[in-house]
Amino acid sequence: MTSTAAHRELIIELESVDKRFGGAHALQDITLGIAAGTVHALVGENGAGKSTLGKIVSGVHRRDAGVLRVGGREVDYHSPRDALDDGVAIIAQELALVPHCSVMENVYLGEESRRGIVLNDRQLRHRYDALVERTGFELPADARVGDLRIAERQKVEILRALARDARVIVMDEPTAALSRPEAELLLRDIRELRDAGTTIVYVSHFLEETFSIADTVTVLRDGRLVGTVDPAEVSIPDVVTMMLGRRQILEKPQRRDPQDLGPVVLEVDGLTRTGIFEDVSLRLHAGEIVALAGLVGSGRSEIARAIFGADRVDGGQVAVAGHHTHFRSPRDAIRHRIAMLPESRKDQGLVMGASVAENMTLGVLERFSHFGVARRRAERDAAQTMAERVAIRGGALTSPVSLLSGGNQQKALLGKWLLAEPRVLIVDEPTRGVDIGAKQTIWELLRELAAEGMAVLVISSDIDEVLALADRVVVVRTGRIVAELQGDDIDQERIMRAAFGGHRALDTTENEGMLP
Amino acid sequence: MRSESSVTAAGDSAFVPAAPGRWSRARASLGKSMRDMGVLVIFLGLFVALSVSSDAFLTSTNLLNILDQWAPVGIIACASTIVIIGGNFDLAVGAIAAVAGVIAARVANSHGVEVGIIAALLSGAGLGLVNGLIVTAGQVNSFIGTLATSIAFRGVALATTGGSLIIVSDTSFTALGQGQALGVKWTIWIFAAFVLSLAFLLTRTTMGRYVKAIGGNMEAARLSGIRVDQVRTLTFVLSGFAAAVAGVIVASRVGTGQAGAATGFELTAIAAVVIGGTSIAGGQGAIWRTVVGVSLLALIGNGFNLLNIAPTWQQTVQGVIIVVAVIVDAWLRRGRAGQE
Repeated sequence: MTSTAAHRELIIELESVDKRFGGAHALQDITLGIAAGTVHALVGENGAGKSTLGKIVSGVHRRDAGVLRVGGREVDYHSPRDALDDGVAIIAQELALVPHCSVMENVYLGEESRRGIVLNDRQLRHRYDALVERTGFELPADARVGDLRIAERQKVEILRALARDARVIVMDEPTAALSRPEAELLLRDIRELRDAGTTIVYVSHFLEETFSIADTVTVLRDGRLVGTVDPAEVSIPDVVTMMLGRRQILEKPQRRDPQDLGPVVLEVDGLTRTGIFEDVSLRLHAGEIVALAGLVGSGRSEIARAIFGADRVDGGQVAVAGHHTHFRSPRDAIRHRIAMLPESRKDQGLVMGASVAENMTLGVLERFSHFGVARRRAERDAAQTMAERVAIRGGALTSPVSLLSGGNQQKALLGKWLLAEPRVLIVDEPTRGVDIGAKQTIWELLRELAAEGMAVLVISSDIDEVLALADRVVVVRTGRIVAELQGDDIDQERIMRAAFGGHRALDTTENEGMLP
Repeated sequence: MRSESSVTAAGDSAFVPAAPGRWSRARASLGKSMRDMGVLVIFLGLFVALSVSSDAFLTSTNLLNILDQWAPVGIIACASTIVIIGGNFDLAVGAIAAVAGVIAARVANSHGVEVGIIAALLSGAGLGLVNGLIVTAGQVNSFIGTLATSIAFRGVALATTGGSLIIVSDTSFTALGQGQALGVKWTIWIFAAFVLSLAFLLTRTTMGRYVKAIGGNMEAARLSGIRVDQVRTLTFVLSGFAAAVAGVIVASRVGTGQAGAATGFELTAIAAVVIGGTSIAGGQGAIWRTVVGVSLLALIGNGFNLLNIAPTWQQTVQGVIIVVAVIVDAWLRRGRAGQE
């Protein structure tokens, strides 16, 4: 227990809590106290049980054994509704808001002021204003939730919890979908909440951010509690070691010398899509990893999609291995041996209902067919080999890809594109929402592929990822390339400065005014 | 629940379907067979009940009669399954069947029976192509697009006949609808051929895989280099062709082409697909499911006749059984999702 937390009363106590899902032991013998008015973080790899624990506290799941006490009273929630009535709210990863309704309507959804069956808008507004005043969370009452940024939508969820007098708010990966500045805003809100006396159970796998906000950090591994630490007294690598149960191997990458690189394989010249990005020129050498860095919304993904032929362009040219061309469709690009892992594996990458193997061979099925009839054995063998190469774990090739964890889904997606034997591999957020183990595997794979001569273009919001992979960093801001960094010039500050822009010159090396 | 506990080992790099993987596969296939049983149980229950309560039911004459009667809708339903798995609806199949019947009759009178049938089939595929282009190139929601074309096509059939029946003078025109081989009606053979070839198409060919992928996640399919619009259009061509076959059979049975033929076939076909358990959201489904769905609808109708129950109640019972089937299906799916 931390020194600050030790003096506070425990608002949530768990004793020997157990939870199983079918045959999987999600939580084993968890005994834990959460102090009132603190931010208590739950960290661990994907599958460690941190989300499950948060869901048990908030009534989404029921424990199989053990005791749960809230405010000193033993409770047995049957639903999130039960927990909410008791002052425990959860803000889930996927927000539960009605996009077409206003902020106010969403906040009071299900608890509207009314006379008989007629809504009493005026009274509702009074309540909303009072809530805003009491909590200090300002949001325009009539704004359509669908028009808000994701960070603001989370604020709506927070307001909704506060409107129901929540004492405890469980937040499950609240910053996963946020850009850096948005995440900063949310973290500020969380601090305000805590200072006002609300207890926050903070589930996250972003350690840096967790350390900046948490009063107490509890580490879980394989459904067991590894330990509870004070973030002021331990370092991030210590916690990573606790999470992984082994020494982490995060080597500093050796950035390749330009003279080691092969010939230019991809040349983008003056690519323009009006209003989205302008005059983008890029070169990728064989064996090189180039990172396209920039803020979410800066146009990085759109540039990649345009190169791949997924979106139309208004001008410019793309050349592969010297042949000038212009891809009218992804099919065109794939034929020129360009591959792209899209930004969202769920929406753009995988067919969730199909099997792992079917997903992996989808792009190259013609190779495994005779006159349109699939050769299933050849297909399965190829998928099997590739699954071994990218180290997919946790499911059979014939089971639906939706049963895999996020990290393994991402590996399957990578495997799918490697089957296409690309010369140029574009990966858009290759490790978003992926646990540390899978992240390492994917990074190592990308380095291997480059070493074998593939040209890799990495798009990432994760600065660690950019630093870990890139031989060269190209920074995009508001649809334009604003900086290009190479070798020793690549560091976090320079990348962030270029990405955020502002008045300071991009090439300055002084350490004045570090950006968020 | 994902098999979370298996994510931890990072030391060994071999792809071994670890115990949790095998477990999840076993559970997935159990869930799947439960779902399969949902439809089958109702079908078998009704089959047994009818066998017990009516002497006339379990005779080859009766069963072959049912099959013959339902063959046109069955053919359409099989093709509709492909369209639905691809993420679309085809509401124009009834109208296309009518157009095909009318064209078959008219051309049979002017150019001979064979030419008439070929012309009908080609026009069916052609009208399917029109539907496909409206949905893909025109980017019109398939429900709306084919609803509109169904009205237009029905109008074409009406204009061609001038509102009256076209009686085919050559009696060999009725051979398709009335003739038989090996003691079984040609219509049943054709239905069987459709079932087998479309099942093969769906499960064993690249086209089938693409249809499923497009219905499951169109953007992922497009980014995988699949010619999405081409495949989707093809499903409509197939659907139009199947509708034409059904239309020709219907016309051939009575030896006449009429604009009002095959009315409501499109909805019966969709009902059969849904009852079978093919996902209305696209991406998942099977031809055999549709065969079960068609059979179930056929048994209900047949049972009413055999048991002398007032046919006025038949529609109500059909509707109730559709609802029950869909609820059971959703219930089993939810049970499965809850375990995950």
